[in-house]
Amino acid sequence: MATTHEIVLAGFGGQGILFAGKILAYSGLMDEKEVSWLPSYGPEMRGGTANCSVCISDEPIGSPLVLNPDLLIAMNLPSYRKFIGAVKPGGTAVMDSVMVEEKSDRTDINCFYVPASRIAEDEGLSGMANIILIGKLIGETGIISLEHLRKAFEKSVPAKKANLISYNMKAIEIGMQYRK
Amino acid sequence: MAVVFQRPKSLCDVPTHYCPGCTHGIIHRLVCEVMDEMDIAGNTIGVCPVGCSVMAYDYFACDMIEAPHGRAPAVATGVKRAKPDSYVFTYQGDGDLAAIGTAETVHAATRGENIVVIFVNNTTYGMTGGQMAPTTLPGQITQTTPYGRDPKVQGYPVRVCEMLATLDGTALAQRVAVDSVPNIRKAKAAIKKAFENQRDKKGFSIVEVLSTCPTNWGLSPTEALERLRKDMIPYYPLGVYKDKSAEEKEAAK
Amino acid sequence: MERNLMKGNEAIAEAAMRAGCKCFFGYPITPQTEISAYLAKNMAKNGGLFLQAESEVAAINMVLGASSTGTRVMTSSSSPGISLKSEGISYIAASDLPCVIVNVQRGGPGLGGIQPSQADYWQATKALGHGDFHILVFAPSSVQEMVDMVTEAFDLADEYRMPAMLLADGLLGQMMEPVSFPEKRTEFSPKPWATDGHKNKREHNIVNSLFLQPDVLQNSVVKRFERYEEIKEKHAQAEVYLCEDAEIVVTAYGATARVAKSAVNAARAKGIKAGLFRPKTLWPYPEKRLNDACKTAKRVLCVEMSMGQMIDDVKLALECRIPVEFFGKTGGVIPTPTEVLAQIEKYAE
Repeated sequence: MATTHEIVLAGFGGQGILFAGKILAYSGLMDEKEVSWLPSYGPEMRGGTANCSVCISDEPIGSPLVLNPDLLIAMNLPSYRKFIGAVKPGGTAVMDSVMVEEKSDRTDINCFYVPASRIAEDEGLSGMANIILIGKLIGETGIISLEHLRKAFEKSVPAKKANLISYNMKAIEIGMQYRK
Repeated sequence: MAVVFQRPKSLCDVPTHYCPGCTHGIIHRLVCEVMDEMDIAGNTIGVCPVGCSVMAYDYFACDMIEAPHGRAPAVATGVKRAKPDSYVFTYQGDGDLAAIGTAETVHAATRGENIVVIFVNNTTYGMTGGQMAPTTLPGQITQTTPYGRDPKVQGYPVRVCEMLATLDGTALAQRVAVDSVPNIRKAKAAIKKAFENQRDKKGFSIVEVLSTCPTNWGLSPTEALERLRKDMIPYYPLGVYKDKSAEEKEAAK
Repeated sequence: MERNLMKGNEAIAEAAMRAGCKCFFGYPITPQTEISAYLAKNMAKNGGLFLQAESEVAAINMVLGASSTGTRVMTSSSSPGISLKSEGISYIAASDLPCVIVNVQRGGPGLGGIQPSQADYWQATKALGHGDFHILVFAPSSVQEMVDMVTEAFDLADEYRMPAMLLADGLLGQMMEPVSFPEKRTEFSPKPWATDGHKNKREHNIVNSLFLQPDVLQNSVVKRFERYEEIKEKHAQAEVYLCEDAEIVVTAYGATARVAKSAVNAARAKGIKAGLFRPKTLWPYPEKRLNDACKTAKRVLCVEMSMGQMIDDVKLALECRIPVEFFGKTGGVIPTPTEVLAQIEKYAE
């Protein structure tokens, strides 16, 4: 049976949710997987959230819309509340604990709380909380290799801002190593 | 024997469908004389309206396109943008240009679309049998204003040159008439200036030609010309409302 | 070939430039605006022109003008904007002009919503303007297919001198998928009919849709319909998936076909003999392919993001020999594979 990762990333507009999703999708592509990325678009009707669905699979992707993710990254409370119940049993959820002050009582999924916004500020990686959370996600699940991630950054970061690639990789590393 | 008068080369040698006494023929001829004098017919694309001059594509010997009602300036924009080195003109009536095509007209002008617009204003919808036009005068009787145009009900006529002269993209906005030999000469000079503007990439040039409709006005051709002078010119004064090249010359002095 | 991640809308724009599109006229509307934005950024760099028109009406008429000169030209919009373009599309079809029109559908009617929909099927295939005419309608179901179909749309539009539409939806327009592009087209067939200035070397060309003599007009329409017959014969396209022994055939196009395919796979895993028939052209409708696909079918299930529009063509093609059921979502709601699977199970008994 083919492996398919269905991922939802959600938060406020401006937190880099769509970019983080693109990085995951690109990493999958660099690994020669089939991938899709689908954003929410237009004025959001509930809770002021922006989110995107990412699928990474060995097989062609059917619906790119993810309703029940295996993997969730939530960067604010409304998104957390909207999606935490939808995560498939056995799935993984990674939250920015600075923004999400609740803890899930679900015992059938793995939840990780990372104060990514604060870490980003402290480490001089302002605006990279999204990438720190990706670091945590792949650290816990191993769905993507560092090599493919680096290639994904090279593909997604404009040539003029190539210096940002090393900052992004640093953010990934911090996320992977975060333990609490 | 020296030839002193003949059909312009750019005017096709075919009978037209226009009514006796209609001034479209004169205006067609003026456009063709200008094309001949500038030797540009081989590089000109004309755009026809919907209205009495809908079939003008059969009369102008340059390449021609028949546009949907009111859309000639948009069609001309497409032609000009695709072939910037060609000459492009539209030939439109008052309903086409100032009612259903107002948006296309105003926006082609404000973009400074480098085209020529020949605007034939005869204060009525001729082809459909004489209904109220956007330029129908207050009090004027038409099929759809049988008691005369009442501004309280139907609003006021549109003065197109005055309106377009306010736009920065307009290079030339001039109103002329074809009721007399001196005015016809002036009309031709205006049309020529419009095409020269296009050659010199000055922008949007519109020549409004006050014209007659003896059939729908219910007047003889001579009476119709009389009405043009007596009723139309006072409401639509002849003259230059905007002339960028003249302004530039003035500024250079 | 290198594959890059790209949004459907942007892929359409890039594919158009590579297909030799030199002019684009558009007006902003969600969810297709990235097409305009991409071309605004890149068209001039590629020796082409992007112009934002004052309205959809103006945009389609600019397309008419540019196409008249023999230039490859495109416009795009979403459902309400396509309604505004319908006047111009009728004129373009009647003037035998080629062009490509993209409709990234959203929910309707009226102002509707901005989420994905397939409720413009009737409009695209039956009634895009007044008068007797058809346009080619392509229905991509992936970002790669958008690229391939834009290229084909330009070629067939030129070959048959008619408008071609890419009927996509908000989901396909907004999603990113891996995509690769063909080389840039540099050679095109001549267009001796074009009004591009006769240079005093030929008679004047006229682009026109007015024929006041009924028999002349009839003749022009009949000739166009003769061309349509050839197109039906040669260019009706479909994907047929697991239909060889299928007892239930699901018909779906575009984004919905992706959902349906997942459901068909899930049904097969449960031992249900399900298959998928996906038309890639909606006009011409691949009628023969559908009949072939349904040889062993006892039932057909038509799935759409509408209240049921393509189902008419499915029934007509099958001449009602097989019962055709319907499952649809509308207004921007996307059916899920689970829902479609439940329908398959229901009708498979």
